[in-house]
Amino acid sequence: MSRRDRLSGNEAVAYAMKQIDPDVFAAFPITPSTEIPQYFAQYVANGQVNTEYVTVESEHSSMSTCIGAEAAGARAVTATSSAGLAYMYEMLYVAATSRLPITLACVNRTLTGPININNDHSDAMGARDSGWIQIYAENNQEAYDNYLQAMRIAETPDVRLPIMICQDGFITSHAVENILLEDDAAVKAFVGEYRPEAALIGRESPLAVGPYDTCPYCMEHKVMEAEAMKNAKRAILDVAADFERTFGRKYGFFEEYRMEDAEVALVLIGSTAGTAKACVEDLRAKGIKAGLIKLRVFRPFPMEEIARALAHVKACAVMDKCEGNSACGGPLFAEVRSACYDLPDRPKLINVVYGLAGRDCPVTDIERVYRHLMRILETGETGPLYIHMGQRTAEEEVL
Amino acid sequence: MKRSAKDINERSPWQEMTPGGEIYEGGTAKDYNTGEWRTHRPVWDPEICKQCLLCAPFCPDSSIPVKEKRRMDFDLMHCKGCGICAAVCPFGAIRMEQEVRE
Repeated sequence: MSRRDRLSGNEAVAYAMKQIDPDVFAAFPITPSTEIPQYFAQYVANGQVNTEYVTVESEHSSMSTCIGAEAAGARAVTATSSAGLAYMYEMLYVAATSRLPITLACVNRTLTGPININNDHSDAMGARDSGWIQIYAENNQEAYDNYLQAMRIAETPDVRLPIMICQDGFITSHAVENILLEDDAAVKAFVGEYRPEAALIGRESPLAVGPYDTCPYCMEHKVMEAEAMKNAKRAILDVAADFERTFGRKYGFFEEYRMEDAEVALVLIGSTAGTAKACVEDLRAKGIKAGLIKLRVFRPFPMEEIARALAHVKACAVMDKCEGNSACGGPLFAEVRSACYDLPDRPKLINVVYGLAGRDCPVTDIERVYRHLMRILETGETGPLYIHMGQRTAEEEVL
Repeated sequence: MKRSAKDINERSPWQEMTPGGEIYEGGTAKDYNTGEWRTHRPVWDPEICKQCLLCAPFCPDSSIPVKEKRRMDFDLMHCKGCGICAAVCPFGAIRMEQEVRE
């Protein structure tokens, strides 16, 4: 039976962790994810979990601790944000290539500099090629639900990849919302025990993890890892289907909001989806066929599925809450535009970079994007592809 | 499936290798030739050697096998040619020679 409560996104993730009772938590605080280890420390102090709570001196060490623990056969978790994730960078790759299904709660915050603690996706996007599965949440409920699904996806035998459960710093991590929480017993039964085929301790047979990999072998291991990421697509859908059967809430690679007859659409990630849905409703009331795709799974990237979902759309704006510094758009734009390349009649596509370093994105801004897409339809001209929104400018605005 | 290191070689397709290069047995480094880096080769003269065994514990690569309290000839599959053994030998029973490849 589900229980209705009100929690912040950080509390929701910490509560999911308590219910799962992982073997090891490697803790190092950083805003805005600090509350996760903070709440969990209370569970440890109260004797509500059996977790080995390891306080370390850096995020490089917290990820190293998770790697050692996971290789030993334990279920290891951590939480971080921004510079903390950047500081883990080397070890993120070690975790993924060693095929250790660690779970990381990533509360998205911009990367310094200049120093800023607010939300955008530049931290997780910086780790997009590291071999970690990445799942993003719109709200606290999704952060909780995604966390409950994380370990089963990551620990699937033909996947064995670490997983990042992302939510928007402060916007969901600190805002208190109504949420449905599941029973401890039901959560434990759903998540199950971690039983890796091989482990460093507690087994009769020996194991070596992360040996030096010479040139004649290393590329084969990289290909195996790439195949595992493809397998993760099936695992994500399988776990989502079982989650829906068990708890009644439906998840996939992305949510399609009023897309069935949409002529203009946005593709975006995270909490902005709530704002965009309100805008879609406003525009629909005025007869504009607006739709929205809220991407949940960024790695593995659901390329064919995104292309199918956009096949009938005439103009689309891909919204990046991350500056790619590529001089040609953000990372989500690159993926979505590439996904649409094989469509016989692809939509006109533009990139809007928005919300950097916590810059607010109100409904009126989302409406400007939809209006711009309508103008593209009217004129038949795509115009500039790579647009920033929300910054003060001395020039005439594109949108 | 836990594949043995003996069944994996430089012709193995990726489908027949282990995730992350995991190794499910001990002592596999013994079968791997790491002596090919060597530029200088130690040459042992058993006539001069007094079997004091000072060289064996100084070897960083365990390349001086000892059996029944006597050292044997060098394990050149793993010796890197560092020359420590020659430097510590009190009797000049080890000399270093330039490694030559045909």
